[in-house]
Amino acid sequence: MSDIGAQQFNANNKKKNEKAVSITKRSQNKEIIIRFLRNKAAVLGLIIVVVLIFCMLFPTALTSYDPIKQNFSERFVPPNREHLFGTDEFGRDIFTRVVYGCRTSLRIGLISVGISCIIGVLIGSIAGFYGGVIDSIFMRCIDVLMAIPNTLLGISIVAALGQSITNLIIAISIGSISGYARITRVSVLTVKDLEYVEAARATGSSNARIIIKYILPNCLAPIIVHATMSIAVAIMTATGLSFLGLGVPAPTPEWGSMASSARAYIRDYWWLVTFPGLAIMASAFSFNLFGDGLRDALDPKLKN
Amino acid sequence: MSDNILEVRDLHVHYKSGKDIVRAVNGINFSMKEGESLGLVGETGAGKTTTALSIMQLIPNPPGKIVGGDIIYKSENLIKKTAEEKRKFRGHEISMIFQDPMTALNPMMTVGDQIAEVVLLHQNVNKKQALERAREMMEEVGIEGERYIEYPHQFSGGMKQRIVIAIALACNPSLLIADEPTTALDVTIQAQVLDLIEKLKEKYNTTLILITHDLGVVAETCDKVAIVYAGEIVEYGKLEHIYNNTSHPYTIGLFGSIPNFNENVKRLKPIAGLMPDPTRIVKGCSFADRCTNVSEICRKGDIPNTEIEPGHFVKCTLFANKEV
Repeated sequence: MSDIGAQQFNANNKKKNEKAVSITKRSQNKEIIIRFLRNKAAVLGLIIVVVLIFCMLFPTALTSYDPIKQNFSERFVPPNREHLFGTDEFGRDIFTRVVYGCRTSLRIGLISVGISCIIGVLIGSIAGFYGGVIDSIFMRCIDVLMAIPNTLLGISIVAALGQSITNLIIAISIGSISGYARITRVSVLTVKDLEYVEAARATGSSNARIIIKYILPNCLAPIIVHATMSIAVAIMTATGLSFLGLGVPAPTPEWGSMASSARAYIRDYWWLVTFPGLAIMASAFSFNLFGDGLRDALDPKLKN
Repeated sequence: MSDNILEVRDLHVHYKSGKDIVRAVNGINFSMKEGESLGLVGETGAGKTTTALSIMQLIPNPPGKIVGGDIIYKSENLIKKTAEEKRKFRGHEISMIFQDPMTALNPMMTVGDQIAEVVLLHQNVNKKQALERAREMMEEVGIEGERYIEYPHQFSGGMKQRIVIAIALACNPSLLIADEPTTALDVTIQAQVLDLIEKLKEKYNTTLILITHDLGVVAETCDKVAIVYAGEIVEYGKLEHIYNNTSHPYTIGLFGSIPNFNENVKRLKPIAGLMPDPTRIVKGCSFADRCTNVSEICRKGDIPNTEIEPGHFVKCTLFANKEV
């Protein structure tokens, strides 16, 4: 405690000596980073996320095998020095496929979460802030969306638009908009009647400004948590659709489809299903930790 | 009349609550000259805050609506302005200090940014100049300028209220409405905050409307006092009029419920009863049910607003024939 106190004291003194205006933004960001780094679990999450992103960007740096080329002389090789995670029923190196699978799976996860988060938060905040008729119209549309099971929605969208990763992302995004809209709307409803929003209005802020600067930052916590959790859900939904033959086309390495195609061999060759499964788990786990840490770091009230 | 900075004429504000209509403000009239300070005093629910919000044009609609009257500010009728024009004068021409400093600041923004916000909104400056102004304002209200990169939770209640005052005054508004600025603070801080408001008011020649239920606060700060009861001004006059020549039975009752240290009072005398249900239309005087001097004419028709001495108005039948 006293250490932190001394540090803050020193930092304060330092701040006073520097020219204050130019350092405002930087010191705020620095503050957030320091708070984030203090959280060990979040740092662990960040490390795994960085590793996954590295796999996504430079798979060739980690493995020299081809993820698609079949090699029937080496089917079902258990994990060994040459094949860290073993090989699958077509003799493909599972480590390579897991590394390459990052690309597809994370892309599906991140992009679909990004799209649905932006649209959902927009709908939710407008509905919550304006209320009345606008609220009813938006939220009834969301209710309609919620009435359709995600998988069914995915099937119909992919069936209508054709089978490709892009369409899969669209299908998953549309399916998860409703969650964001609901969560955002509820948080906005609790925040919008607080006095500082009224005070902002009394200073002449426009509605858009009030939503962006006053309401959304105070609604961020549940949205971040939901977003990081739904990365894993998005990957799993993609898996489900791949399993039905509607997701990623066959030879492309993708964790979900790897796990599902390996389920026939689960009794005899455990490594076929374990490693892609672990990869899904690691990504879900790391994004959750990262998200939690981010939420805490962004909340100035949880400073210590 | 033309030198009045603000004129509120026959203001009526209603809120819809289910089927009922809550008559929060029923024909309030007052006017203010530049640099004056007016205290709006009354019980909870008397319509003080609603009056203030009407001047700010911030009555939440729905459920609230200004159903009648005019608010003339610098010879322009605020009620007839467009939403965009209203937005421009808020914070710039007219500002407001809110009751609870604990919740009146955005917890996710540094205080410096929050003061700079309003400067950026209304003045043609860049971010850096706005922050410079924010620091100046913080020094002005007695907080070190260096602390502008801190968040609201790092300040105490009194300091937060100072920040709120800094925000309200950052654009040098002509009219400042302070809605119970000291209610949420402890007594020693109350005095500091009031002194500060008064000092800055003098410095910038700001017109002040102070809303409070504390007659002591009014005595310290205001030139004129309006006693509000059930959406009407029942007594209006200069500070001396109200304090030395207290006339309306309600005002007398208000003074009776303050402890007096000069006399040996065993018990305080609260005003019996409650304010009339604002959804009900009251015929005659709205205070009649609680008044000790009630007579039959009090329950009939309109109560005259009598000027019992120059600038001292009382809305009571007792004074109906005592006009000067």
